[in-house]
Amino acid sequence: MALIVQFVIGLIFGLGLVVAGMSDPAKVLNFLDVGGIATGTWDGSLAFVMLAAVAVSFAGFRWVRRRQAPMFGDRFHFPADPGVTRRTIIGPLLFGVGWGLVGLCPGPAITALAIGGTSAWLFAVAMLLGMAAARGLDAATATPATGLQDA
Amino acid sequence: MTETLFSPLAALLGGALIGLAAVMLMAATGRIAGISGIASRLLPPYTDAAFAGRLVFLLGLLAAPLVWAGLSGHLPQMTLTDDPLFLVAGGALAGFGATWGRGCTSGHGVCGLARLSRPSALAVMLFMGSAAMSIFVVRHLL
Repeated sequence: MALIVQFVIGLIFGLGLVVAGMSDPAKVLNFLDVGGIATGTWDGSLAFVMLAAVAVSFAGFRWVRRRQAPMFGDRFHFPADPGVTRRTIIGPLLFGVGWGLVGLCPGPAITALAIGGTSAWLFAVAMLLGMAAARGLDAATATPATGLQDA
Repeated sequence: MTETLFSPLAALLGGALIGLAAVMLMAATGRIAGISGIASRLLPPYTDAAFAGRLVFLLGLLAAPLVWAGLSGHLPQMTLTDDPLFLVAGGALAGFGATWGRGCTSGHGVCGLARLSRPSALAVMLFMGSAAMSIFVVRHLL
């Protein structure tokens, strides 16, 4: 039952990406490219996606937090605040460079596997290797002291 | 480059579905719907027993464009570069950076901002800025 529910939630998330047009890297890149504002090719849609997604989650998380525990788990894993470190600055900066090169972030990289052909698989394999490298480096350097694994 | 049409209503509707999914995942499993966190934990080392749940969530994500095609009669629009250098460099940087920075557009962007998390707000500003610089260099300076 828990697995069916999680499949359906993934499906809803993916349909949200598709409906919003965020499964299309061209649309994402046309938002990120501020040079397009001058030439008229800028596409502001991504800001509206974020606005609606954050608004719904903001209200929804407040509702969920009033509950004792999740349906299929013993507790809620809200990530601990890591504070500002070199890592919380360098990580997002590197992520953005990769995102801006291709227009795919992890969610759309997965939906792309169904429709994007070999290019999508090449991106996803490189992405997973990058993730594995980060986790390997994580394990090699230090053990996180707090609940950071929950992010 | 491929031009796209500004579509605020579809964007709001799709965004609301993404938010709904994030809330549902928290209510069901108690976990943040951060795709980089979910995908990276499909790889070892395994720190919990939630592997199958993560896998089926990602399978649902993968099935979405096909379900959409079944409902609407056409595949979603999709323009992706076929330059292997861009794909490998972009994928590796996005994957490493998201995992190293503990979140991507969904984890920090949607869920983090919704929780009014200051580190997530900082992360969003940083990756939006570096992504804008990245595509600016590619499109206007190279």
